[in-house]
Amino acid sequence: MRRVVVTGLGVLAATGKDPDSFMTNLIEGRSGIRRIQQFDPSALSVQIAAEIPDYRGTDYFPAKRLDLIDRFTEYGLIAAKQAIESSGLQVKDEERPRFGVMMGAGMGGAQTYEQGYCSLFAKGATRVHPFTIPKSMHNAATSQICMEYGAQGPSLATSTACSSAGHAIGEAFRHIKFNLADVMLAGGSESPVTFGIMRFWESVRVMATGNGDPSHACRPFSLDREGLVIGEGAAVLVLEELERAKQRGARIYAEIAGYGLSSDAGHITQPTIDGPARAIRMALDEASINPEDVDYINAHGTGTRLNDVTETQVVKKVLGDHAQRVAISSTKSMHGHAMGATAALEMAATVLAIDRGVIPPTANYTTPDPECDLDYVPNQAREAPIRVALSNSFAFGGLNAVLLARKFE
Amino acid sequence: MDVSQKVMEIIAREQHLDPEVVKIDSTFEQLGIDSLDGVNILFALEEEFKIDIPDAVAQNMKSVQQVVDSLTRVLEGKDISDLVAMAKGETQPAAN
Repeated sequence: MRRVVVTGLGVLAATGKDPDSFMTNLIEGRSGIRRIQQFDPSALSVQIAAEIPDYRGTDYFPAKRLDLIDRFTEYGLIAAKQAIESSGLQVKDEERPRFGVMMGAGMGGAQTYEQGYCSLFAKGATRVHPFTIPKSMHNAATSQICMEYGAQGPSLATSTACSSAGHAIGEAFRHIKFNLADVMLAGGSESPVTFGIMRFWESVRVMATGNGDPSHACRPFSLDREGLVIGEGAAVLVLEELERAKQRGARIYAEIAGYGLSSDAGHITQPTIDGPARAIRMALDEASINPEDVDYINAHGTGTRLNDVTETQVVKKVLGDHAQRVAISSTKSMHGHAMGATAALEMAATVLAIDRGVIPPTANYTTPDPECDLDYVPNQAREAPIRVALSNSFAFGGLNAVLLARKFE
Repeated sequence: MDVSQKVMEIIAREQHLDPEVVKIDSTFEQLGIDSLDGVNILFALEEEFKIDIPDAVAQNMKSVQQVVDSLTRVLEGKDISDLVAMAKGETQPAAN
């Protein structure tokens, strides 16, 4: 059976604009959540988000390129560039049909849609900018990355809300494993910090306000939690078939050995226990890993009561007694909930945790919750060899994705 | 207002080109303007001149001169039915 390894990483997030600083900040428990900078949030009741600090597209792209890409595509391209560069990957022309791109996007070109609708409805425009469609379509990031790197193989965009990037990485893994591709760029990108999207999320009543103290606003698994905080960014992984990676002497960060996906078929926003549990079991089964061999779980961990309690029950259900021993953390407490990119950020954190042998903490944990009684690695990172790790994504809509990474040996 | 000057200015701006590069006899191909760029330029022209350029006419604009000619006709409120017909391949170009 073909094995799949991670040979490159790119990250653009509130907690760091490259994989190293991203991981170092997570390990040190530094939150990237601040008052919103992209627009004046004074009219919102939630005025905080995990934004990429001081981001300017012109620092990364020529003006002509920026005309044709939404911010979520900018983020994806930046992360893809880092990933390719860190991997030292060279793809020959004849290899291109087996080199693909799969990227998650939950909202797609939200900023572009918003500008279009604003000029149409608020300003009474009779025509809108002709790039609105090519900028805003959900596959724009995937397609632009394909064009940039000449990836002509199996490529697609996934949109499964908060699981989007998990599904993208999982499908890319399977394409290599089942001999449909040899190299894949996989991840997700999102830029949802707009006035409209923030208002939409406010109305769901799952957001932490925390305007007075943004960096402590997101407190997953802690009894005093207030809810989730929207984030943004992108992460891209270079996935490569093991023998190919070995032949070129690539640095191997970790192996991806399992992927589970399932549908709750229950409620459009409320998670079930069985659905996520089945996704975890599928990932474990594919990798032939016993539940008691899981060392670390990067939780979905949104910081809503419903998620935290349900996810705790899911882990107990699948891991049994081992649930009390496994280390669980929510890095969303720091990089925020980056929607369609979040599973990629979390998988990058998981892979880097394996690589460095350090488990990043759940930041801002203050008070134990009787209904969340597992080891959430509160506030302090922990040095520990990680052989097997899971990254959970349980989305609105009940479409779950679980990725299993293990130390390459 | 010199329409041709304004057209060249807008093309240069939208394409992020040095204004010196855009000449009245430049073709879109020479300027590296693809079909999507062309649509963007039309949008900019419509916004600038507060006009509507019919799709059928727009399809026929493949050089700076063609843009200027068509735009001039539209701006002068002249009957452009022959341009529309030409774009649809129904007739030969009318003599100027």
